Amino acid sequence: MTTLDTRPASTAPPAGTPFDQLEVVPARHPGRWVATAAVVVLLAMVVNSLVTNPRWEWDVVGAYLTEESIVRGVLTTIELTAITAVVGFALGTVLALMRLSRSPLLRAVSWGYTWVFRSVPLILQLLLWYNLAYLYQHLDLGIPFGPSFVSVPTLSLIDKFGAAVLGLGLHQAAYSAEIVRAGILSVDQGQHEAAASLGIPRRRQTTGIVLPQAMRTIVPTAVNEVIGLFKGTSIVYVLALGELFYTVSVIYGRTQRVLPMLVVAAIWYVVLTTVVTVVQYHVERHYSRGALRTLPPTPLQRVRSELGDVLARFGAPRGATR
Amino acid sequence: MTAVEARPGRVEVHGVHKSYAGVEVLHGVDLVVEPGTVTVVLGPSGSGKSTLLRSINHLEKADRGFIALDGELVGYRRKPHRGTDRLHELPEKELLRQRTRFGFVFQSFNLFPHLTALDNVVEAPVSAQGRPRAEVEAEARELLARVGLADRADAHPRQLSGGQQQRVAIARALAMRPAVLLFDEPTSALDPELVGEVLEVITDLARTGTTMIVVTHEIGFAREVADQVVFMDAGRVVEQGPPEQVLDDPQHDRTRAFLARVL
Repeated sequence: MTTLDTRPASTAPPAGTPFDQLEVVPARHPGRWVATAAVVVLLAMVVNSLVTNPRWEWDVVGAYLTEESIVRGVLTTIELTAITAVVGFALGTVLALMRLSRSPLLRAVSWGYTWVFRSVPLILQLLLWYNLAYLYQHLDLGIPFGPSFVSVPTLSLIDKFGAAVLGLGLHQAAYSAEIVRAGILSVDQGQHEAAASLGIPRRRQTTGIVLPQAMRTIVPTAVNEVIGLFKGTSIVYVLALGELFYTVSVIYGRTQRVLPMLVVAAIWYVVLTTVVTVVQYHVERHYSRGALRTLPPTPLQRVRSELGDVLARFGAPRGATR
Repeated sequence: MTAVEARPGRVEVHGVHKSYAGVEVLHGVDLVVEPGTVTVVLGPSGSGKSTLLRSINHLEKADRGFIALDGELVGYRRKPHRGTDRLHELPEKELLRQRTRFGFVFQSFNLFPHLTALDNVVEAPVSAQGRPRAEVEAEARELLARVGLADRADAHPRQLSGGQQQRVAIARALAMRPAVLLFDEPTSALDPELVGEVLEVITDLARTGTTMIVVTHEIGFAREVADQVVFMDAGRVVEQGPPEQVLDDPQHDRTRAFLARVL
């Protein structure tokens, strides 16, 4: 972080030269160069070991990456995550609004829900839902405490997939509720007052004024949750449901190629997470409208401008006019 | 403006009391505002001016006393019950409908930051009054032009200066075609050089005969625009009357002390 000016004093410009005619020497950052070199060496070592160690079995990875059962597993993982996220955030929003309502009963129920579903481990909840048929052989639809109109066997309604969706969704709702609630609380009290003073109907106050502003706080945490879900769905392997992780474990159980199969799963999880991250960026950009004076550049625009900077740095002679 | 033709907007405040956590902020306030007049409320901070204003459109519920707009109770409905009458609290839906008769302008603007200036103005007439969007948009553009912001319709609030934001807020309040406009220290959050542009808009409105109640510290504005000046201190109306009387010939020591400090 020091500027090493080693020019002999004799080349100093005559005293009295105006500032804007003097040469500007950019500050040198030797520490940064050392760190860069160290990182480059480390990266080279990692890449080298990945390529030269035959036990990674990249040919096996390549063969299985787009194999039919794996792709089916990926699709199941996506399906599970999508349904869980929708169920979780829909129910979570309802729970958050209940928690913020003026009715003590609604507040208590919402609090109790969050308390229970955050307290019990997910794996335990999944097994409970899967074994629901043991507690209730039939599920009835009818008048409470009265006659029932429709009755179906529990097992036909809650299969493996149903149990997985129920377990993941209800668990997720407890967490989503807190995220949505935090978002709503982050909206300035003056916004509620302005909406009330204009006579805007209650429902519209929530959907048109409060939630759009709350989204700025909600989105980053919510996406975090969705990414967590993508990987978290792997827990339903306890139900022997054919999502990505379960499929991979079945294959390596048969072929004994454990490591390459784990790499296959890892690659897919990285791909899924990357897609969500890109979506997140654009959703955040959408909701930052009005909150920022100028919208931030898209990642593509940023890469382009940074490349431009680097090229300009190496292309132009140092100390050139700026 | 409809406010001029039919001359609605008579506000009556009767014996309003209000406490927060045991501290009484309003000790029985009485006030009458005639249609088409401008009332300026002055007083030191903590004297209950804002609470009074917020009670008028029922953003705060008075503990005792009542408020009426054109003879209609604000926040309650009178119903006969066993030979006498009882007051029923209005359901929220009707309360919200009643609030649309008041336009409220906040000290901190409280524009909706995620909406453009135009959409801020359009929002309530469409969602609260159910008017057709196209018609409201045309009117909103006229209102923005009236506050001198015709070319800023598509800007978001954070892209506007404080004075511009407050002018959008005034247009937003006007879009509801309210009977009464309530201003809660509309220029207190503004840089000194921006105060003038907002006061100018309010003065213009006053000239068109809009009924207004303005809480402010701008004595010059009160002198120029007010039909009635109300001086409040410690939750009570100390003195009220035409500006030349209250401002130039105050009868109470507290009014004199206050004016000596702010003038």
